[in-house]
Amino acid sequence: MLDRLWQPGIVLIALILAIPIFTVAGFLFQPSEDIWQHLLDTVLIDYISNSLLLMVGVGLGTFSIGVTCAWLTSVCQFPGKRVFVWALLLPLAMPAYIIAYTYTGMFDFAGPVQTAIREWTGWGYGDYFFPEIRSIGGAIAMFSFVLFPYVYLLARAAFLDQSVCVIEVSRTLGCNLWASFYRVALPLARPAIVAGMSLALMETLADYGTVSYFGIGVFTTGIFRTWFGLGDSAAAAKLAAILLLFVFTLVLVERASRRKAQYHHATNRYQQLPQYQLTGMKAWIACFACLMPLLFGFILPAVQLGFWAVDTYAEMVDESFVRLTLHTILLGLSASVLAVLLALLLAYGKRVIASKPVIASVRIVATGYAIPGTVVAVGVIIPFAWLDNTIDSFMREQFDISTGLILSGSLFAVMFAYMVRFLAVSIQSVEAGLGKIKPSMDEAARSLGYKPSHILLKVHLPLMKGSVLTALLIVFVDVMKELPATLILRPFNFNTLAVRAFELASDERLADSSTAALMIVAAGLIPVILLSKSISVSRAGS
Amino acid sequence: MSGYYSSVSTVLLLLTLSFNSIAEEVNVYSARKENLIKPLLDKFSAETGIKTNLITAKADKLLTRMVNEGRNTPADLFITTDAGRLDRAKRAGVLQKIESPVIDKAVPAHLRDVDGQWVGLSQRARVIFYARDRVKPGELSTYEDLADPKWKKRICIRGSSNIYNQSMVASMIAVKGEAETLQWAKALVTNLARKPKGGDRDQIKAAAAGQCDIAIANTYYYGKMLDSKKDVKQVEAANKMAVLWPNQNDRGAHINVSGVGVSKHSKNKDNAVRLIEYMLSAESQAWYASVNYEYPVVADVPASELVASWGEFKSDAINLSRLGELNAQAVKIMDRAGWQ
Repeated sequence: MLDRLWQPGIVLIALILAIPIFTVAGFLFQPSEDIWQHLLDTVLIDYISNSLLLMVGVGLGTFSIGVTCAWLTSVCQFPGKRVFVWALLLPLAMPAYIIAYTYTGMFDFAGPVQTAIREWTGWGYGDYFFPEIRSIGGAIAMFSFVLFPYVYLLARAAFLDQSVCVIEVSRTLGCNLWASFYRVALPLARPAIVAGMSLALMETLADYGTVSYFGIGVFTTGIFRTWFGLGDSAAAAKLAAILLLFVFTLVLVERASRRKAQYHHATNRYQQLPQYQLTGMKAWIACFACLMPLLFGFILPAVQLGFWAVDTYAEMVDESFVRLTLHTILLGLSASVLAVLLALLLAYGKRVIASKPVIASVRIVATGYAIPGTVVAVGVIIPFAWLDNTIDSFMREQFDISTGLILSGSLFAVMFAYMVRFLAVSIQSVEAGLGKIKPSMDEAARSLGYKPSHILLKVHLPLMKGSVLTALLIVFVDVMKELPATLILRPFNFNTLAVRAFELASDERLADSSTAALMIVAAGLIPVILLSKSISVSRAGS
Repeated sequence: MSGYYSSVSTVLLLLTLSFNSIAEEVNVYSARKENLIKPLLDKFSAETGIKTNLITAKADKLLTRMVNEGRNTPADLFITTDAGRLDRAKRAGVLQKIESPVIDKAVPAHLRDVDGQWVGLSQRARVIFYARDRVKPGELSTYEDLADPKWKKRICIRGSSNIYNQSMVASMIAVKGEAETLQWAKALVTNLARKPKGGDRDQIKAAAAGQCDIAIANTYYYGKMLDSKKDVKQVEAANKMAVLWPNQNDRGAHINVSGVGVSKHSKNKDNAVRLIEYMLSAESQAWYASVNYEYPVVADVPASELVASWGEFKSDAINLSRLGELNAQAVKIMDRAGWQ
């Protein structure tokens, strides 16, 4: 019974979750000739080139930092490694816009660092070179610092899961450590690395807070400007459509380059991965390579926030602060559980059924991550309000009672937007976990008489516990940081930490926002530490 | 099975009915941030017993929500931080005429909608700041002067996506027309010391630090900097800069308001009007304006001591509804001028 409902069920869930995307796409058909022409003539080229530049930069940044750290902490021994293993996940808890504000506060021309340089040397404006934080290069750095953990996380899990035999075989065939990384481990970990990078890039494309503060014209800033400043929703939707085109191209390029290669485990005989003891200079280089991203992505901004918080927390922490912390954590917990349940349903359905409609459905749902939160929010408001008003009209006519708004302005609407936005994250992670399980396992279980739903519970879930936990925790951290959709969809008198931090920071009250920002980080710490534990124990056989 | 469904739907129905039948309250959709409005709402509740409920977000998004919620919207009041958005709400048909002699008497006509659909609550001016040690007060006196080639690479201003810049350019279109405004914007862009970035406060700081000599910003950011007790550096930076009231011999300095409108489908209209009247009382006005270093809209309420110390000025008396009408045109001109 359950198995027969699976396909229509998946398609239905995907369709419902795609409603916001379709709603926004619907604006495409409204006329907007002159505004669109105006955009083509003036700013569109900038939006495209800036977005591309940002993607290439963040792609390279997250790849090099994430993979280097993952490989070093997976197979090498060096000073501080035990701490780096979990600490490298900490930047994930830092919202990009918060570190953007923080770094600007520190390193801007008028900030303390440059002011000190000028006082010390007597130089003035233009007399010396200092990298400009609020530039496209600065934005690439900000995103790379806080988003590399996606790549690190998934790559490390993949490295740890690789059968030790392949590494050993490569070594006996004459590969040195570098060669076995480059020729064996890296290609095998490729799906995981690509999944991590695509999460990082999608989050970059959807960002608004950082790029608007840095004054960089990209698709998100263009969408808002066109929608609200020029008052043209159709032209804005066209921009959003091009943004989606970017995402689809990203997905297609990776699939084309992978062709038909599949990456499963060659064997299930596991041993402890060999650990290479690095000594002398090499050890210190490894330590340095792991320390830098941690320093810039977490320690430096956290210390700065800490200093500010010491000054301001007395005014900022009150009863309502405690309440909003609880709200935020509860919201994060429920959203992450729901997202993982849906991801299991969808990803596993895709594995079992693999029919065209199912694959297409999962793909559509997974694009939500790249859509800016505000666009998703507007895509939720319109259909929900329509439904509420239709029900209300019907009830008024039939029974002369008004049901008012049922879904609009409810936590359900907020939760729905989170699913549209973050389901991609949990699906990526769950799919990565499922992908590592050889189809022959399914076949064996089926030949033993198990139904697909039983195989999921009895065979797959225990094998992919690590991936499921990863999905839970990433969605949790993402929801903690989520801003625009929460801001606009929330019910009366409902506040979250991110809303509080952003309202103060965007009012240029950095010091006052630091307590809420630190609280987001602190609440994100616990899951991050749990997460690192879960990866360590996720190695089958250990 | 069907019994189960019917009992669930009964419960749902009861729930929704009970949600709709709470008495004595007023619901506020506010683009003014929580910490700049909530204390006043709490005080109103304490004095009147009327419960206030609040959502804050960007004005355009709140407006989108109100439009779509239609006749069932819970919103009674819509508060924004600029007149352009109030005008947008009016034209979207989600506001209604505010009928209150108290309000009409308290607020000057140019700070109210021509059809009485919204009313200003506080005023802010967008002015020119100059570095005391590098610019002499007589060197410029108008927004138009900013286009003078002698300011090449000497001006700081934030990006064109910002509504305050959009409104300022709109006010220029209203007097000078499109072609002349475009010329002005192009010249201004070549005079910029750096690509537009950051907020208003950033521009003042950059000028104080020597990256440029002139900054354009709203007055209240200057007030916040002067009064940031814990950050000596900010106070020092602000003290290096001085306020120049532009266009005092013609139209006056560009001003904008934070303001409020009553939702067309308000279910607590009396309470909503009562809250507006409360916000326009002398005591609330003094608080509401001073908490954000703004100017009260009610004539006989004085500005805070700090704000008053910048001197009296003549403000542009254009009806603020016009700025909303010209907003899209302003954005286009800025795009064409290459103002990022």
